[in-house]
Amino acid sequence: MSNAVDTIETVADSVQQSSGPGSDWILHHVMDARELDFEPLFTIHIPQFPTILGIDMTPTKHVVFMWIAALLVLLTFTIIAKRYKKSLVPKGIANFFEVFILVVRDEVAKTTIGKGYERFVPYLLTIFFFILFGNFLGLLPWSATFTSNIGVTASLAICSFFMIQIGGIRQNGFIGYFKGLIPQGIPPVLLVLMIPVEILGLFTKPFALAIRLFANMIAGHFVILALIGLIFFMGTVLVAPGAILFAIFIYLLEILVALIQAYIFTILTSMFIGMAVHQEH
Amino acid sequence: MDFSLAWLGAGLGAGLVVLGAGLGIGKLASSAMDATGRQPEATGAIRTSMIIAAALIEGVAFFGLVICILLAIKA
Repeated sequence: MSNAVDTIETVADSVQQSSGPGSDWILHHVMDARELDFEPLFTIHIPQFPTILGIDMTPTKHVVFMWIAALLVLLTFTIIAKRYKKSLVPKGIANFFEVFILVVRDEVAKTTIGKGYERFVPYLLTIFFFILFGNFLGLLPWSATFTSNIGVTASLAICSFFMIQIGGIRQNGFIGYFKGLIPQGIPPVLLVLMIPVEILGLFTKPFALAIRLFANMIAGHFVILALIGLIFFMGTVLVAPGAILFAIFIYLLEILVALIQAYIFTILTSMFIGMAVHQEH
Repeated sequence: MDFSLAWLGAGLGAGLVVLGAGLGIGKLASSAMDATGRQPEATGAIRTSMIIAAALIEGVAFFGLVICILLAIKA
């Protein structure tokens, strides 16, 4: 009993004496950077790229990890496609990914888009696996999560936006698509309200997609860094067991969230495509 | 400049956000449990819908959280 009291006293004294390092280091670990740092060992400086049209084209850490994820997706699926050429019964890696591919094709695309879903499946598969690989890459030591960058998620949401509009316009015609946004049989007085609301709705849905993915990914890393930083903030090693235990729990939760967020982005994009293509309210 | 109110706002805001999200997702999970109890064959469909709805509610919660983080960092 007195042992516990002593421990608490030691921690309290330590908190009183230590000044704490401030919170800038959390941001440093989460945000984009100009160089890849593998902290105590070495730092790789990214070479300067030329400036095109006033935009500095030097790749940053998140860009490098986007390339890595894109390369991984390309490699994985080229291998899987080659395996499918040999025999329709998948084995090994093709077997593992077939589960995900079938879920995206059947439960996501077919149920939400309905008729004519086949032409959207490639885009949905790409988006699902790119975000999935990106989220999982961020969980490795010394790596960065590029999906926790609002620029990246906004670009993905813009791609989805274009898919939704092009899918809807292709199916219903340019004027027909915008006419179809307004539900039938409403009194003309309400049109003044409905038209801006529906047009705004076209933009808020991808915006929500971007913010949802960005905030989920950045929040997880923030919490882990804050918990580990608690050890340094309190200045004593006695809080280490509790902090590390919590951090491990949040890490496991992060793995689940990585999977769920990729799935949610895909199924919401697919739902919006379905609502744009088949516009019967 | 005195930024203490901004930090206070960020902390209170984060707490309120978590309160809202917790209540919303708790109600959702409760209905999902009831529905699964009534009809165990529909567990798969209920689970999928539950996850989608939970992610949407969490998305709204994260809007508020992002504003709180912006307050705490920019101030």
